[in-house]
Amino acid sequence: MSSIANLSSQLEKLVGSDRVNTSEALLQTFAIAGRAPMAVLKPRTLEEVAEIVSFAAAEKLAVIACGGRTKLELGMPPQRYDLALDMIGLCQIAHYDAGDLTVSVDAGMPLMNLAMALAARKQFLPLAVPFSSTSTIGGAISSGVDSTLRMQYGTSRDFLIGAEFVDGTGRRCKSGGRVVKNVTGYDLHKLLIGSLGTLGVITRLNFRTYPLPELRGACTASFPGMEAALNFHDYLLKSGLPFSNLELFDPQFSGLLAGYSNQAGGSIPASLKENAWHVFASFEGIAGVMARVQRELQERCERAQAAHYETLDPQDSKRWSGALQESFDWLRSAAANVALLRIALPQWAPKDVAELHLVLKQSPLRSAFALRACNVAYLALLAEGEDAQTNAAMERCVSHVRSCVEAKDGSAALLYSPARLKDRINVWGTKRADFPLMQRVKRAFDPHNIFAPGRFVGDL
Amino acid sequence: MPARRGNYYSGDAAAFCRRPLMDQALIRELKSLLGPANVLSQKEDLMLYEFDGSVEKARPEVVVFPLSTEHVSGIVKLAAKYQVPVVGRGAGTGLSGGALARGGGVMIVFARMNRILEMDLENHRAVVQPGVVNLDITRAAEKAGLYFAPDPSSQKSCTIGGNVAENSGGPHTLAYGLTVNHVAALELVLPDGEIVRVGSRHGDTSGYDLCGLFVGSEGTLALVTEITVKLSRKAEAVKTLLAIFDAVADASRTVVEMTASGITPAACEMLDGWTLRAVEDYIHAGFPRDSAAVLLIEVEGLCEAVESQAAAIEEICKVNHARDVRTAKDNVERDLLWKGRRNAFGALGRLAPSNYVLDGVIPRSKLPEALEQIHATGEKHGFQIGNIFHAGDGNLHPIVLYDPRDTEQFKRAITAAEEIIRMCVALGGALTGEHGVGMEKNELMPLLFSDADFDLMRRIHDAFNPDSSLNPGKIFPLSKGCGEIRVRKSGQAAGDRP
Repeated sequence: MSSIANLSSQLEKLVGSDRVNTSEALLQTFAIAGRAPMAVLKPRTLEEVAEIVSFAAAEKLAVIACGGRTKLELGMPPQRYDLALDMIGLCQIAHYDAGDLTVSVDAGMPLMNLAMALAARKQFLPLAVPFSSTSTIGGAISSGVDSTLRMQYGTSRDFLIGAEFVDGTGRRCKSGGRVVKNVTGYDLHKLLIGSLGTLGVITRLNFRTYPLPELRGACTASFPGMEAALNFHDYLLKSGLPFSNLELFDPQFSGLLAGYSNQAGGSIPASLKENAWHVFASFEGIAGVMARVQRELQERCERAQAAHYETLDPQDSKRWSGALQESFDWLRSAAANVALLRIALPQWAPKDVAELHLVLKQSPLRSAFALRACNVAYLALLAEGEDAQTNAAMERCVSHVRSCVEAKDGSAALLYSPARLKDRINVWGTKRADFPLMQRVKRAFDPHNIFAPGRFVGDL
Repeated sequence: MPARRGNYYSGDAAAFCRRPLMDQALIRELKSLLGPANVLSQKEDLMLYEFDGSVEKARPEVVVFPLSTEHVSGIVKLAAKYQVPVVGRGAGTGLSGGALARGGGVMIVFARMNRILEMDLENHRAVVQPGVVNLDITRAAEKAGLYFAPDPSSQKSCTIGGNVAENSGGPHTLAYGLTVNHVAALELVLPDGEIVRVGSRHGDTSGYDLCGLFVGSEGTLALVTEITVKLSRKAEAVKTLLAIFDAVADASRTVVEMTASGITPAACEMLDGWTLRAVEDYIHAGFPRDSAAVLLIEVEGLCEAVESQAAAIEEICKVNHARDVRTAKDNVERDLLWKGRRNAFGALGRLAPSNYVLDGVIPRSKLPEALEQIHATGEKHGFQIGNIFHAGDGNLHPIVLYDPRDTEQFKRAITAAEEIIRMCVALGGALTGEHGVGMEKNELMPLLFSDADFDLMRRIHDAFNPDSSLNPGKIFPLSKGCGEIRVRKSGQAAGDRP
């Protein structure tokens, strides 16, 4: 490509001048880790996406598809970044068979709009992910971020039933379908989940939808120490009660959560004001189920000698569930310098949490820890300074935490961190033995390595 | 060394049949690796492995029984050395020919790799070898109040390895999903003999979802030698309802309304009148012989939720003219109803020398239309086609009874089956809901997938199985290339089936 002007002119021929933008100010809003693309393209149709990718493949231009741009900080900085695909122009519901509880939606559809369309038919998608007011459905799937309803409804791999996408040769492909049970062909759409745009440009997603629950509720319980709180968390996990979310957090996390709520103008449950470990449980269903769960929770709290127990009213339940759903967002702005880790372990026994907190104690950094159901935890390392000494402490702490977790057959991914840290630490952690298989998958989908090169695990 | 064979999966149909005969030296080396007792090569032994639960037939040239992952790796390396294909097999209960040796070669039967390696009840995980029978996982877990959710009708005999290969379902898939939703990690043997693990016990590793790719890949990408499954907690309360109808259309409308009103039972099965009478004669499950259809509906959960759901379901059944809605009064009655459902295919076996169980999926709202069309197809081709299926998720299992000795009748059965599957696709459905594509429906794949789709699936296939040495002739249509893939015209039978 001889010049940006030449590139711009070719792109304009491809999709029309109104769909190509090379203004510096706009390009900067699509920058990732300081690297901006040469042009932003806003396709109107699925065909245009395919044409752009074909062109990029022929010219060996690196492409990153963007939706609400809320999670561009995930992953490693791109090794190359020539074209940004702004997918928000593709935002229609292609099919909604409410009677079948299935929906097919363009990748650029904002999550909020989709939620409203489904709610009109008393349905919803159990994708309670962060940045819910600004994300697109394509971004939520491509980033693979956690849903706080995972305990009850599973991850998106449990309700994504098909997808359409453009592969690295510029051809429109599909996988799965629009029926809730289907084993025809390879399940390629599962590979797209959490792939951070490195396999293809997602253009349309098909989901199984769920009926909106009649009622939702929640409660909090506090304990003076970690072990009692974790035992209670475990006790509830094994109770057989149908929780939609079950989280445990340390006193620092509680403090930040209370601060976030305060800023948002809401009241703070009395228990959260305490310097204590907390367990938050949310649940949903018909009135009879709600009454039963609340009653049993109270009994169990009493048996476990919780320091404080509180059933939240519906408004507070909604607000606190929402605050936990958005924790990725507010944790990253809880200090000037933040590293946010997502940690998965085969199990979280008291000794595992204790060991982790021992590592944290050895660091000069502040931290906040929350354990979600399904053995996934979030750990934020917080510092006000951005000097070399603080950065070195952060790097050391991330490395220690990671070694501690990987020794237990777990994984620790750095969801968010200062760019400087990414220069020194791979956010995805140590490459696993199956990495060569992932390379094969990447080459099959994207033979010219044009999709978000270097952003994913092992620099894929 | 034998001459290098051609690439004999899709892409070169002629080469598919051109492979040289099995080298006897390979059989000697296999016996040396596994011991003579774990290798079968006599024709009369091999004949036992030329069938599975489908209407297809293909004989392997040697059958081996590995005892370990290292054995499997060794077998695959030997097969690669002699350039013969390999196919894995569990109990052979599959219904799409997935475990048949379409390319001849070595069949690896996992029956002797049948140990449960670990029960981690605390963390709801079990680590098992592929030859473990599906129901045995539940038996090992139930003392802790846990079970393995995927429950194919053949769960007393089918193996977890086969379930993983085909991504099997079952009646309770409606609420709990397919096998893929219950697998956390896999140990695999690749076609070059390399042993590799994908996924993790906690199920949350960074990177592509390789488990999601390998489960359901029908043995065409790798052989699975160890599976870490997720165990589920048994529900506090279960209620099993039998709704009895005088018209099939009323039963199917009940399913449509139940779905549309947001009620998702744990299972919702339909048996039409003709089928339930055959079942009743054999099992005596309590299905009323004079009814046109029954729905077997199960709800699970907290007592409060179960009572409420059961009442709502009963109401919908009655609005749709159910003659009666009975509730199983205890576990004995519940087990009997389910025995009737699970043994239905066996019951139909008493009526004809053979039956062809189809597996198509439709959007659930299209159920009444689909059942009418199945009936019309049966009439057109002179068959009474029974229906016993997973109504709640639109997974149809029409059953065509036929006599395989009557070539003309067999061809008509195949034609009728193909018309029904085409109808499923035309209604917005898919080729298979739980049995897999195998060699039963590979020629129908272009009904759903474009050349671009095939190109990508082929690149994925070749990334793991470049020589098509694993389970050749499955999933992909046997034709010269994607651009020339042709589906048989409707009404034209497959030429060389038994």
